Amino acid sequence: MREKQIDQLKDYKYGFTTDIESIKAPKGLNKEVIKFISNAKKEPKWMFDWRMKAFERLKNLKEPNWQKPKYPKINYQDIYYYSAPKGTGEKPKSIDELDPKLLETYKKLGIPLQEQQRLNGIAVDAVFDSVSVATTFKDKLNEVGVIFCSISEAIQKHPELVKKYLGSVIPLTDHYFATLNSAVFTDGSFVYIPPGVRCPMELSTYFRINASQTGQFERTLIIADKGSYVSYLEGCTAPMRDENQLHAANVELVALDNAEIKYSTVQNWYPGDDNGKGGIYNFVTKRGLCKGINSKISWTQVETGSAITWKYPSCVLQGDNSIGEFYSIAITNNYQKADTGTKMIHLGKNTKSKIISKGISAGFSDMTYRGLVEISSKAKNSRNYTQCDSLLMGNKCGAHTVPYIKNKNPESNIAHEATTSKISEEQLHYCQQRGLNPEEAVGLIVNGFCKEVLQQLPMEFAVEAQKLVGISLEGSVG
Amino acid sequence: MEEQLKIDFEKLLENSNFSKKNVEIKRKNFNDFIEKGFPNRREENWKFSDLNQIISKNIKNLSFYHDLSKPNKIDQSIFIDSLEHNKLVFVNGRIEKIEFDYEEKNKIQILDDLVLEKPNNANNSLLFLNNAFVSKYFKLIVKKNYSLLKPLVIYNITNKDLVSKSVNLKVDILLEENSSLKLIELSNDKSTTNFININYNFDVQKNSILKNYKIDNNSNSNVKYCFNNINQDTNSVSEIFLLSSGSEFIKNEINCNLNGKYASAFVNGIFNLNETKHHEIKTNINHIVENTKSYQLIKGVLEDKSKAVYQGKIFVESKAQKTDGYQLSKAILLNDNTEFNAKPELEIYADDVKCSHGSASGSLNEDSIFYLMSRGLNYQEAKKLLINGFLLDVVEKITDTEIKNLIKNIINL
Repeated sequence: MREKQIDQLKDYKYGFTTDIESIKAPKGLNKEVIKFISNAKKEPKWMFDWRMKAFERLKNLKEPNWQKPKYPKINYQDIYYYSAPKGTGEKPKSIDELDPKLLETYKKLGIPLQEQQRLNGIAVDAVFDSVSVATTFKDKLNEVGVIFCSISEAIQKHPELVKKYLGSVIPLTDHYFATLNSAVFTDGSFVYIPPGVRCPMELSTYFRINASQTGQFERTLIIADKGSYVSYLEGCTAPMRDENQLHAANVELVALDNAEIKYSTVQNWYPGDDNGKGGIYNFVTKRGLCKGINSKISWTQVETGSAITWKYPSCVLQGDNSIGEFYSIAITNNYQKADTGTKMIHLGKNTKSKIISKGISAGFSDMTYRGLVEISSKAKNSRNYTQCDSLLMGNKCGAHTVPYIKNKNPESNIAHEATTSKISEEQLHYCQQRGLNPEEAVGLIVNGFCKEVLQQLPMEFAVEAQKLVGISLEGSVG
Repeated sequence: MEEQLKIDFEKLLENSNFSKKNVEIKRKNFNDFIEKGFPNRREENWKFSDLNQIISKNIKNLSFYHDLSKPNKIDQSIFIDSLEHNKLVFVNGRIEKIEFDYEEKNKIQILDDLVLEKPNNANNSLLFLNNAFVSKYFKLIVKKNYSLLKPLVIYNITNKDLVSKSVNLKVDILLEENSSLKLIELSNDKSTTNFININYNFDVQKNSILKNYKIDNNSNSNVKYCFNNINQDTNSVSEIFLLSSGSEFIKNEINCNLNGKYASAFVNGIFNLNETKHHEIKTNINHIVENTKSYQLIKGVLEDKSKAVYQGKIFVESKAQKTDGYQLSKAILLNDNTEFNAKPELEIYADDVKCSHGSASGSLNEDSIFYLMSRGLNYQEAKKLLINGFLLDVVEKITDTEIKNLIKNIINL
């Protein structure tokens, strides 16, 4: 048994669990649980009311069912909506006060929080199960006026900002999972970059689901005020369990005049075992609003994990001259399923968007690119370029492309291209002739295929992502 | 509308003498249609064109029965002069003329006493409507090893007598082994605000060739839906050309199954729209076995408040290795209120395939206009020249020279 576990760990190195006592809200979705969460967070009344509004609304909403990967019905009453490591009721002042076991966990994940204090690294906000446990580099960020903290802290300390922007990009009533998140979200990150500030370092959040039968519902809100810039990284892992866990996060980005937000994700949730048992359902709503003129939002994502990935990081290009970008690599192996892509909604004049999507499917997996490009009649002189390429390995998997292209403006241009292919025998032969084994050869070719997207990632992430691409495809050749 | 449907359906059964078996099927399909109703935007297939809404906006008091007992006059001037051809003439949904003067009589067979079959697509309510209300259902068989010497033209004529009616036509065409058929469907409408629902079934057997040209160029206020189901066997070829221009609304749906090795399908189409016209082309090319090929090229020019939709899908089964699938759609938007929507879709389960699609839409290239104007053309001429060139690209794909010239004449290229 133990051997088997070790064997599995080789495939998914984040599959361990941490033995930390946790406080959980009672199972189920009801008014009491929401009250429990709100109380545990010491939230003001307006926040509780907001949650209740979402909960009321949820009763009238139905789960969407147009997606390609179907999943068994989720019993929303059988999930713990709140799980917090014991002892973080009071947030520790410094990292030294943290539970050593927690620190150990993050070390295993490759996020040594303590070392980062010393090294000239990245500011990290770590979210364990549903609660933000540590945020590093606070002082340095305070100096330039950047606010980087957990959202529950922001609700208490910066209510005016939260009130103004929370739900302004993803409205309460958007769709089932977004509304569910609005009702029960537990924690997440909050970033505010003041006018004219270029955030001095990369900001990063690590999400981890530890407890079983919990869902993770985090909420991220990033506001880049006029003329500011921020680059934000997100990583996620979860232990190996043979049940399916739900992850339904909401991420809202707001870019004001001349501001730029770069949001990168390396998603490596537990994908389930080789037979497709267990794994995370990653149903995430991510949306950015280019509110001001000349603003820019760029999404980069590397999706290798999750049993089912179902998300569309989108840009609403409201300000004139604003720019939206979407770079994505999605890899599915074994029985994983992904239905991912983006939406680019052009509302302002001279808006531009670019979509580069690379999908790789192997094993018995199924991958869909689904995207919307919409140019409204007022978005004069707008442009979009979309390229989505798929790579198939074997004939048990599927790769699909479903773009929706709507053009209502004669002065705008939309171009869309898509190809589907496999790794050519010649390329493989050439690499093997030079001494690479077949797996290395595939890794090299796939990395080349993904290069356009990998280049967009910050350096630290790019290295990790490249390795991840290799690991995810292990065993899919031959 | 449901009341009306029921009354009209009973009227139809009363006034026609369908076989017992057919009445039974018709009743079943009628109930299926009542249950589903006209498709609306909630169905993925009708996302961009809400037929329910279009019908209620354009047609007042739609009725589903009209008397087909009396013959209609055929307006001879509609016939194509420049081309010798065989004729099948429908006027207001009633067959008025079957003429195969140029062909060997024993090589062609026409059946009209057929038992209806269940539609092969259970989600398409319009096929149920068609089955329930179609009065005569024809089947044309081209015998083994016979190629028609002259093209066949199916005239779909409606005259002024037809107002706010639902007209249903159903034609099956079977091409036996080694046969070939060139088919032109020409519609000419002088009627107003009808809903015309046409269902073609093509069975193209081994080594056979089907060339099908659908021409809808005559401006009218009808709402039309045309469903074409094509089954292709080994080494068969189908070539489809769509000229989508005249009707207020038309949706041409093509469902092509490449069931035999080395089968290939070509779909080319033109949208040439103005005023408030709203047209759609929807294709479904299913590559079922290996070594099959499909090619699609759709181009559109949109003026005034017109709207065009292209939904193209290439589906590749996991057995269908070595598939070659290609799809390109382009549109030029000439006015502020025009709209072009595209959904070029790939669904692929085999790895050794070559599939690609492209879609582009935008305005006329200002640089090209400038170039032409600098050569002495005025703005209008320059624009016309560029648009003609843009559309000619599709017309040039037509492999039959005679018909290519005919179509060029029809659209003044």
